[in-house]
Amino acid sequence: MNHAEKHIDASDYIEAPLAPKRTRLQAFGRMLKQNRLAALGFFIFVLFFLCAVTGLILTSGTKPLFNPAMVRLEEKLRPPLSKPNLKALRPDQVPVLNVYLMGTDDLGRDVFARMLQGAWVSLTVGFVAVGISVFIGIFMGGIAGYFGQHHIKTIHILFCLCLIGGIGLIWINAASAGTALLLLCLSSIVFLLSARDKLPEKARPVWKGILLGNAVSVDTLIMRIVDIMLCFPSFFLILTVVALLPASIYNIMIVIGLTSWMGTTRFVRAEFLSLREQDFVAAAKALGIGNFRIIFRHIMPNAVAPVLVSATIGIATAILTEAGLSFLGFGVPPPHATWGNILSDGKNFIFDAPWLTFIPGIAILIVVLSFNLFGEGLRDILNPKLRERH
Amino acid sequence: MDKQPNPHGTPLLKVENLKVYFQSDGERARAVDGISYEVRQKQTVCIVGESGCGKTVSSLSILGLIPSPPGEIVGGEIFFSGQDLLKLDEKAMQKIRGNQIAMVFQEPLTSLNPVFTIGNQIGEAVYTHKPMDAESLKRYMIQLLSDVGIPSPEQRLNDYPHQLSGGQRQRVMIAMALSCDPALMIADEPTTALDVTVQAQILELLRSIQQKRSMAILYITHDLGVVSAIAHWIYVMYAGIIAEQGNADQIFRFPRHPYTQGLLASLPGRSKRGKRLYSIPGSVPNPAYKPKGCPFHPRCPHAISPCRKEYPDMCDYGHGHMARCPVLYEKREHSE
Repeated sequence: MNHAEKHIDASDYIEAPLAPKRTRLQAFGRMLKQNRLAALGFFIFVLFFLCAVTGLILTSGTKPLFNPAMVRLEEKLRPPLSKPNLKALRPDQVPVLNVYLMGTDDLGRDVFARMLQGAWVSLTVGFVAVGISVFIGIFMGGIAGYFGQHHIKTIHILFCLCLIGGIGLIWINAASAGTALLLLCLSSIVFLLSARDKLPEKARPVWKGILLGNAVSVDTLIMRIVDIMLCFPSFFLILTVVALLPASIYNIMIVIGLTSWMGTTRFVRAEFLSLREQDFVAAAKALGIGNFRIIFRHIMPNAVAPVLVSATIGIATAILTEAGLSFLGFGVPPPHATWGNILSDGKNFIFDAPWLTFIPGIAILIVVLSFNLFGEGLRDILNPKLRERH
Repeated sequence: MDKQPNPHGTPLLKVENLKVYFQSDGERARAVDGISYEVRQKQTVCIVGESGCGKTVSSLSILGLIPSPPGEIVGGEIFFSGQDLLKLDEKAMQKIRGNQIAMVFQEPLTSLNPVFTIGNQIGEAVYTHKPMDAESLKRYMIQLLSDVGIPSPEQRLNDYPHQLSGGQRQRVMIAMALSCDPALMIADEPTTALDVTVQAQILELLRSIQQKRSMAILYITHDLGVVSAIAHWIYVMYAGIIAEQGNADQIFRFPRHPYTQGLLASLPGRSKRGKRLYSIPGSVPNPAYKPKGCPFHPRCPHAISPCRKEYPDMCDYGHGHMARCPVLYEKREHSE
């Protein structure tokens, strides 16, 4: 019996004492304790989240507890913490708690109720917009980083241009031109199929050589698209798009998401470029695991830390962008309250009723600041190299 | 253990005149420059050579894992149980990788994904080729881990790679490689990153596994000590070509190529105690600028003028022992 066979029976071993296990959550809690600012940011974030959710519950429905749309013209521009004039109001107009916690605006609406409703809008805009941008960013960055050195053929690019152009033309009612472009698409598919399996590259005529030749690498294509997107002043791009589209909270989320994925793409690509060369990727390939599984199951979890950090900060930016849009009057349409349009409505009365501008302004400041602090803290927690410094 | 070559076994893997070139900045690095070798069933075949001689590249090209670009398989054939692997498409290759040909890598420290548990990773290796339900998968994984000699395998399944030692990680890698009962296991310097005692354990493990599972091992190493311990058949590579081939006895007792002779002379041994250890002068040529003729001639003590011009032929010394050095072959004929 040789040495190795002795090892094989595991019951021969005395149970080795295991090192105490710390779950990820426990490690997270410990880190948070060490980094006070991040803990503060996290605390405010949780508070904000609770406010937004309770706000949604308390302000929606037919008979909400806090009615953000209740107009009381007799009670306009009341300062915070003032008592309602019970004689002038019908019983259903009296605010809950019998006090205007944050005063009233120029139509006598309860600012506290409006802030609660606005919190939910800010939260959803932040999360959905960042969700969209992170999804696009991870996908594009992953493809650029992993398949970067593969080339796209000229005919593929022409095909895509024809397809997009064709659909676009049909959409704007230029049916004949659009159909012609779509037919061109079909013919290029036929051409591609017929060109397969013809081996000798040198025997092709020049035009075939150009069509089937490599035009750009995937990496170049995606990163140049990113550069182009970064060239647009994104706030004005959003303004233009929002001016064209019907104003709705979902359109704003989508537009903010579609114009802010470039940073994530760059992050993810950079991470993938280094992770792609790691041995565990080669090992996964040697086990016969498919490319997309390697990208999304093996590399992605290793690359997600910086993405998470930039997403946290991205939420703050999205909230700011939405507030800015609402302030300019391009945001969420009026009956719905958001922090931006409370601020915008209040600016006319800044000397008579300063709380109308200060309350939403300070709320935006605190939430954005807390997200930024939390994001920074998260970066320290997730990046062991930075961790040593504290 | 039987160390005789087994010329009658059916060849499982047959590499014919394989050429792998790397293209970069207008330079063409001929990493593997026309090598041929065979691995027969149940055999351990070693490929020995210095760093950069093309050992790893040749083994990666079997699995179709050469990064392309810059790498390119320029010519040759790789037959694995009758089919030419170079003609298969990516889908078909994925079915072979891990399933019929498995690979163990050099660095157990980085070959496991740091963010998943051991159980997760072995499970995926099994599941990719042999889908089974969770319960039997777990039982199978525990069996695999105890087969490779990992104590308390049940607990280990929930461990992350950083909680294991280097040797244990390499055992996990071997368990993953064994998971689908491959016919051939390629081990690319599996013991290089480990210390000597662990190295011996891993070698023992490989040997016992091979006997139990009757699989062939293609073992790639630069360590002649390891080779003498496990090889049925040895190929000595130098600068992208096979310099010499033979069984352990032939290679170690009657080396016929000046490079092999130099390698053996530079091993420390009892008879050399107190003397200065021999070293082959010079270093391995840059694969982009290989010398004309025999690639070894600038470092060769026996080099004569034809060596600078003519590419050397394989010379047969009988019983499968061959060396790519006509000069020594002729000298031997004269002396006999």
